[in-house]
Amino acid sequence: MKIIVCVKQVPDTSGKVAVNVDGTLNRASMQAITNPDDMNALEAALQLKDKTGCQVIVVTMGPLAATGMLRELMAMGADEGVLVSAREFGGSDTYATSQILAAAIKHIGLEAEDLIFCGRQAIDGDTAQVGPQLAEKLNLPQVTYAADIRKEGDCITVKRMLEDGYMTILMKTPCMVTCIKELNKPRYMTVSGILNACSKPLTTLDYEALKDDPLIDPATIGLKGSPTNIFKSFTPPRKGGCIMMDGDARTVCGELANMLTSKYII
Amino acid sequence: MPSNNSTNIAAFKDVWVFCEQRQGKLMPTVLELLSEGRKLADDLGVDLCGILLGDQVDHLVSELGGYGADKVYVCESPLLKDYTTDAYAKVICDVTSEQKPEIFLIGATHIGRDLGPRCAARLHTGLCADCTALDVDTKKYVRFLRNASTLNVDGMKWDESDRNLKMTRPAFGGHLMATIICPRFRPSMATVRPGVMQKRPYSQAKADACQIVRPDFKLDERDLCTKVTEVVKTARKMVDLIGADFIVSVGRGISKDVEDGLKIAKELADELGGIVAGSRVAIDSGWLNADRQVGQTGKTVRPIVYIALGISGAIQHRAGMQDSDCIIAVNKNSTAPIFEIADYGVCGDLFKIVPLLTQMVREAKTNH
Repeated sequence: MKIIVCVKQVPDTSGKVAVNVDGTLNRASMQAITNPDDMNALEAALQLKDKTGCQVIVVTMGPLAATGMLRELMAMGADEGVLVSAREFGGSDTYATSQILAAAIKHIGLEAEDLIFCGRQAIDGDTAQVGPQLAEKLNLPQVTYAADIRKEGDCITVKRMLEDGYMTILMKTPCMVTCIKELNKPRYMTVSGILNACSKPLTTLDYEALKDDPLIDPATIGLKGSPTNIFKSFTPPRKGGCIMMDGDARTVCGELANMLTSKYII
Repeated sequence: MPSNNSTNIAAFKDVWVFCEQRQGKLMPTVLELLSEGRKLADDLGVDLCGILLGDQVDHLVSELGGYGADKVYVCESPLLKDYTTDAYAKVICDVTSEQKPEIFLIGATHIGRDLGPRCAARLHTGLCADCTALDVDTKKYVRFLRNASTLNVDGMKWDESDRNLKMTRPAFGGHLMATIICPRFRPSMATVRPGVMQKRPYSQAKADACQIVRPDFKLDERDLCTKVTEVVKTARKMVDLIGADFIVSVGRGISKDVEDGLKIAKELADELGGIVAGSRVAIDSGWLNADRQVGQTGKTVRPIVYIALGISGAIQHRAGMQDSDCIIAVNKNSTAPIFEIADYGVCGDLFKIVPLLTQMVREAKTNH
């Protein structure tokens, strides 16, 4: 049994964001982190590994620089890293990305008891689409928004969160689950983990390695093959007219309270 | 090549809305989507159709009509009683492939965000998540950009015959807005967060005129790879942010002393008769429950007064609160983007200002 965890390196969106002239994101200019929900997906996999001794493989699509992230995740306990990287894959939307990741996972191989874990969504795009699209491309059952995962043999039981409660869902492996932060608290790297990480296998799958898969069709991957395109990108105008309240705190608060009463708001 | 639908885009017409119901009750966002879908259908000169899946749910059809649907495709089966990805995706994709809608809108609920990408992947088409504005008519889109962007729209060339769905959403972690199109495939699919679109008034005449269509579909036990063993509604009352008149919202600025920050925010909210909410940081850090998140990935609110405490004001947050009647922002950083959209700004320490403001509001109320 093995668990494939799909992870994404994302810009830390709490900082400054830079955009290229073609409207895509200038990732090089920003600090990169592992997407937070993906950390919960990895932790869920590592907890199952602790119980069953199964193998955990982290897979990411991105630039060569993402190998650093893969090493960190191997230091947390993943056994193997796979980087999916090629110029042909660049500019992919979620649909094209799911095709490429599906081809990569087929290349790695999926067996009867295997699982695929993804984070619910990435903080750069917030779409939550790649997990379900990947499951569709691999023709696997899916459960999203997992807050608890239990595995017995070739069956898993997942607590799937809804806005107003939850569902308990039973499904057979192989299958795909997307994880939310309520699922667990990701562990830290250990010193021995860091020492071991460098000797664990890390493979790169490029266009050549995957090109024979029917999913890797230039017409359906990369910037040109993506069904969605950016039509325009823009910044909202400053609304302007913000009245900055100066003076000591007491005066300012008094003025605000008066404003609220004079407008009959309170 | 799986581009099954790219050859003849013109064969696709009508605007469809996924009419999500749970336990026989429509999700409120469906009515918002129908109202928005009505405008798109009118601009395109096509029908607005609902697609409703469930077990004995056709009593919901007139309500769907009342909010704008011309027709509702009703698919009923005991296997569709509770939502499962397998059954819902199969029926929707089969019916969609047959009927060929041009646009397909889905509410970005936990279920919509599970179903939408699965269907888009199977139909080989594009899906844009969590849209905050939708346009088909180029003139209307240009008008929208003139107000909502800093672009010089008059200096640009526009193709007025372009009837692609223009799907606008915050992008790049919410630092920019982007309009996405899906020019080569149909349907153009979009999810929209609850509360983003405005519900139109109910029309009894439209409700009476709404037509029921029962398309053929095949579904049996073998199509279901997952089994729902229980559906539990939590007793916890959902926070009604969308209906609140006063919202006091906290962000990273309270991190210095989260406990005190939440306490003073709650006191101010209580004094105003309002509710405490938070930015993404406040929810991701676990300071507040997810149902209190304001922003593109949280809720879109339009209170009378929105007080932003220690919130920098990234576009993804602004997308959820910029239509508030009055925005008051308190932030230590005088260049925080929140001041660009606030009506009243206070540059200072929220831990000092908020308790004073609560006190002043209390005094103003008693003296008034």
